[in-house]
Amino acid sequence: MYHSAVWNEPLLNELEEEPKEKYTFKPMLPDSLQRKTLVKIPTLDETVVMRHFFRLSQMNYGIESGIYPLGSCTMKYNPKICEDISRWDQFTLLHPYQDESTVQGTLQMLYELEYMLCEITGMDAFSLQPAAGAQGEFTGLLITRAYHESNKDFNRDEIILPDTSHGTNPASAAMAGYKVIEIPSTKEGTVDLEMLKKTLSNKTACFMLTNPNTLGIFENEIIEIARLVHQAGALLYYDGANMNAIMGKARPGDMGFDIVHLNLHKTFSTPHGGGGPGAGPIGVKQFLKRFLPIPRIVKKTDSYGFDYAFKDSIGKIKAMYGNNSVLLKAYVYILLMGENGLQETSEIAVLNANYMKKKLIDTDLYTLPHQDLRKHEFVISAERLLTTKGIRALDIAKRLLDYGLHPPTIYFPLIVKEALMIEPTESESKKTIDIYIDALLRIAQEDPELVKNAPHNTVVLRLDEIGAVKNPVLTWKYLKK
Amino acid sequence: MQFIPNSVLKKTMIHELGLHDINDLFCDIPQKIKIKKLQIPEGRSQQEIENHMRRLAKYNKSFYEMPSFIGGGYKPHYIPSVVKSIVSRSEFYTAYTPYQPEASQGFLQAIFEYQSLIAELTGMDISNASLYDGATALGEAALMATRITRKKTFVIPKNISWEKKSILTNYTKGAGISIKEVAYDKKTGKIELGELQNTINSNTAALYLENPNFFGIFEDEVEEIHSIITKNQSLFIVGTDPLSLGICKSPGDYGADIVIGEGKNLGNLLDFGGSTLGIFACKNEFLRQIPGRIISVTKDQQGKRAFCMTMQTREQHIRREKATSNICTNEGLCMLAAVAYLSWLGGKGLQKLSTQNFEQGQKLRKIITQINRYSLKFSGIHFNEFVIQCPNANTVHKHLLQHGIHGGLLLERFYPELANCILFGITEIHTDESIKHLTSLLKEVHHVS
Repeated sequence: MYHSAVWNEPLLNELEEEPKEKYTFKPMLPDSLQRKTLVKIPTLDETVVMRHFFRLSQMNYGIESGIYPLGSCTMKYNPKICEDISRWDQFTLLHPYQDESTVQGTLQMLYELEYMLCEITGMDAFSLQPAAGAQGEFTGLLITRAYHESNKDFNRDEIILPDTSHGTNPASAAMAGYKVIEIPSTKEGTVDLEMLKKTLSNKTACFMLTNPNTLGIFENEIIEIARLVHQAGALLYYDGANMNAIMGKARPGDMGFDIVHLNLHKTFSTPHGGGGPGAGPIGVKQFLKRFLPIPRIVKKTDSYGFDYAFKDSIGKIKAMYGNNSVLLKAYVYILLMGENGLQETSEIAVLNANYMKKKLIDTDLYTLPHQDLRKHEFVISAERLLTTKGIRALDIAKRLLDYGLHPPTIYFPLIVKEALMIEPTESESKKTIDIYIDALLRIAQEDPELVKNAPHNTVVLRLDEIGAVKNPVLTWKYLKK
Repeated sequence: MQFIPNSVLKKTMIHELGLHDINDLFCDIPQKIKIKKLQIPEGRSQQEIENHMRRLAKYNKSFYEMPSFIGGGYKPHYIPSVVKSIVSRSEFYTAYTPYQPEASQGFLQAIFEYQSLIAELTGMDISNASLYDGATALGEAALMATRITRKKTFVIPKNISWEKKSILTNYTKGAGISIKEVAYDKKTGKIELGELQNTINSNTAALYLENPNFFGIFEDEVEEIHSIITKNQSLFIVGTDPLSLGICKSPGDYGADIVIGEGKNLGNLLDFGGSTLGIFACKNEFLRQIPGRIISVTKDQQGKRAFCMTMQTREQHIRREKATSNICTNEGLCMLAAVAYLSWLGGKGLQKLSTQNFEQGQKLRKIITQINRYSLKFSGIHFNEFVIQCPNANTVHKHLLQHGIHGGLLLERFYPELANCILFGITEIHTDESIKHLTSLLKEVHHVS
């Protein structure tokens, strides 16, 4: 069982031992800009620095520490070969303004990656520029605006989305200047068609949907949804956070989606890096191609190159061409897996989730609101434990940490009370999944006080997060005060 | 299949679910949209793929095969092995965003240290845990300035990179912000003070000033600029190159309210323009308006010091459409590289590195301007980049390329008025040998043109 190391590791500034010496600057800049005192960065020997970060790393749970079943996050194994190759000098020591003739290898890689993403999603063109899923969404909404404006249709200022949508969806819509209209889901946990019909109008710019949705349920009315949205003159947007469920089985493009973003740091195994860098490529159907960010990567007769000459393009969304090393890792991953591997990825991701779901709800300790069949993730409720024993989803999550297991996503989507949103992914073995199921069942039967005060075995115990909001201490300078 | 342990247990598990076939799990997908297989190649072995990648790699020319002197913000820097080692620890790089603080104290402490270091560097009170890059940080800064001042005009210098301008336009369109540009002084390359005075008025939310600017030149009239801004109750946003701050004052010391910058040169690879790090720091009074994640010190139940995410009601996962930004995934690992890099350098190391970059810049500028027909375009004091004008920039570019050196950035593409102007960049990583190679080629090209 995983236990993190417990180091009372000082802060970098507390590690500094060297006496402060006066430093004289030889003036180089005009007086208005000339620095006169050193920046207060601690001076440390490399041995001290290395040991500090090594110890910090030992107090951090990664995918190699164990199962990491955060729903909608697709925490799968990150193959080492992808890491290795992404660090080769020939790929990393390239300047973004380098002459095209000297980066043909990378351009070919990016071109082929775009092609494969098109094929996987059923879209006609991709841009690899967005840095993360949320930025992909934002890009998609800028494209939506550009499209409607090109039709001289200036009244569409509303974005519709279901109440199960990821928080980034409404936030991206608001940032793109849209009003957000949230529609409630049906009791089956899917889009309410009647409600959608009522809400769609000539003011609707776009309907944003995740499919399978965040409950892990496939929106099986998708063809009708697409018809209704298009009939209203709006576009249909695909949040690709859950793409790991359907690769090689169905494609957003065939379902009627016009714009798609993918999270390469989810479905395509690039590591999350403790919160980035990620990549959120954006794909579109033919009729929206002209609005994609520039530059586009193009194949010429005997070489690859950048093309900036798209006058309807929305322009740039992120500096340069995207997080290149992330793109490279996803490219290597797709080549390794191939069509057969990607299909099996989705099959086993869905199999693992449904297996886990069944074992958990068969006991009646947890309940499964909405319908039974799920895709790669499922959301169970701990409401019964709250009523009978006063145990909340948060307590269960914290207690899992004592078992050395990373908790699932909790309290999301908002429509499930005491939600535990679990996505085991295809990377986990049956043995590991059984251990996780066993832990969840045991916790439900433990002494409630033990659970409510968890964790007990972690490097720190439950934190005073409210105190941190009331009295935030955000730098070591303030800590001293 | 590799990376899928339950491949071998597929049948057993399907039966345990009371199903017959894996496709029973996909019966909710309408027949009409089901596909049989994807039209991409079948999977291959790791060894085969590595060979394929080696073939591709041959078509790239990296810095050590072809030294480059390209300016424009991105430059190669020496990355100490200790930084590479730290970011290669899988406990860090394979972790998710630290939503479970008890299992993420290591990363959370590192972010807290990053926030502290960035605050010291920029002269600001607080910093967030990173944004995507310096350009999107500008977009977020403009949105934040508008939220704070409730004013909708944003002023920028004409000479920021076109990429940044385009990103800024995209980020601010939705909020209805109008962007005004101020020209640069044709002699010095600095912002035109007179025009700045005429452009900024009481409707201005903020001015964005880059220091050093896109031409590599230090904007030294910061006192005058700051007083124009304060007179109009606008905010002062400064874009900085963190590696210049070993010799240059922190923007906070000359009145900045928000400081942003591209932090990739703090220990991150060139990565063809990826692996970026958006620095975002500001005064404490703007805390509730800041975009992105913030980490605070707190205590656990037993009073032990600990770290956690805080002020999350600003963020999309809680606040949805009312959030200060849509950002979720940021640039965690690039941030980690930056903390590791800065702690390896230390205050004195940073001062030395800044000096080195400054001196390399001056040295290369002197050498190039001594060559016939290469002249300095702007007279302002520059850091490690500078603009050179010559008779035919394209010929120069091609000649260098043919002989294994990559010259500077040709500016005509971005600024039509700067035909035959080249933006050169140099850092501590460039050897005397490569400088000699460059200059001898520059002399040669002259004879052939």
